Amino acid sequence: MVDKLIGNYPYLIAALIFAVGCYTVLSHSNLMRKVIGINVMETAVFLFFVASGNVLGGQPPIIDLNNSDVIYVNPLPSALILTGIVVSVSVTALALGLVVRIHRQFGTIDADEITEIRSNDNA
Amino acid sequence: MPDMILREITSLLLPFIQMYGIYVVMHGHLSPGGGFAGGMILGVSLILYILVFGLDSCLRKVPHRLSSFLESFGTLWYAAVGLVGLLRGTSFLMNKGAGIDLGTPGELFSSGLIVVITIGVGIKVASTMLSLFYTLVEED
Amino acid sequence: MRKFLALLVVLPCLVAMIMLAAELPPYADPDNPTNNEVPTRYTEQGVEEAGATNIVTDIIIDYRAYDTLIETTVLFTALIAVMLTLKGAGNNHA
Repeated sequence: MVDKLIGNYPYLIAALIFAVGCYTVLSHSNLMRKVIGINVMETAVFLFFVASGNVLGGQPPIIDLNNSDVIYVNPLPSALILTGIVVSVSVTALALGLVVRIHRQFGTIDADEITEIRSNDNA
Repeated sequence: MPDMILREITSLLLPFIQMYGIYVVMHGHLSPGGGFAGGMILGVSLILYILVFGLDSCLRKVPHRLSSFLESFGTLWYAAVGLVGLLRGTSFLMNKGAGIDLGTPGELFSSGLIVVITIGVGIKVASTMLSLFYTLVEED
Repeated sequence: MRKFLALLVVLPCLVAMIMLAAELPPYADPDNPTNNEVPTRYTEQGVEEAGATNIVTDIIIDYRAYDTLIETTVLFTALIAVMLTLKGAGNNHA
């Protein structure tokens, strides 16, 4: 099993980056670090998807009109991930807008302190 | 004077960055890149201008009305180019089926409506980046 | 305490993903199930059906043009949502 794992090294690296991003989201209480962790997780998913379309000895999918027996890489995963990258940018922009609004309202961006301020206001 | 070094280097570098962004948009059908990547390069060059020279001097060049006009213009441009296929008798968003001449592949002005759509997408992404930065940085 | 609990949640997921990565088909193999007749058709007949030599641009603007159209409206909606969050919902509520 170990040499099958070493043969599929991009999937292994994508899993490690995803785990690092997930740990960053869960273990810090600062809101800005959570946003960065979400971005790292999305990068890991894109790497996993695009790396599954590689072909051994393949060229990038720009057709060369002069020689006609070249192997080209699978172009479909790249085309599908373009949509995913735009969604990732939109989610990051909205999350950052929410963090700015929270800072204006509460004066801090620490999640534990915000919970304390809200429970002191309601009690 | 670190401020003066930043201003001089940025004012030397910005025309090259914008020309590279326009190159990536226009050659979207011949080399890797396309509308989204080229539009982001153009938008990020304007954000660099705001960071070095201040928000007010960019608001004099690209005011709020112009950036929100360009934003809606990009989306409507894409839908209007799609209506060309409807006007010629086939379905929405057709390129070759609507009878448009495709030209020789490998030239700059080939492949019909692909260049037109790519320019619209590039303008839209650049003005979205700029409007997002205006909204996040302004304080009243 | 929080870091220990976070590690307790992340480590089983990491082990499960690594075991999954060993079960996938081999990386960069021409006989993968993802290289069936669909990418072959796009690379062989893409230039004469759409006219662009860049196959990825060809796919997102000619073969799957609806997705890119709705993609631009996703960007537009995100910008409107950020503006609503930060500038309030208008000051003339009667």
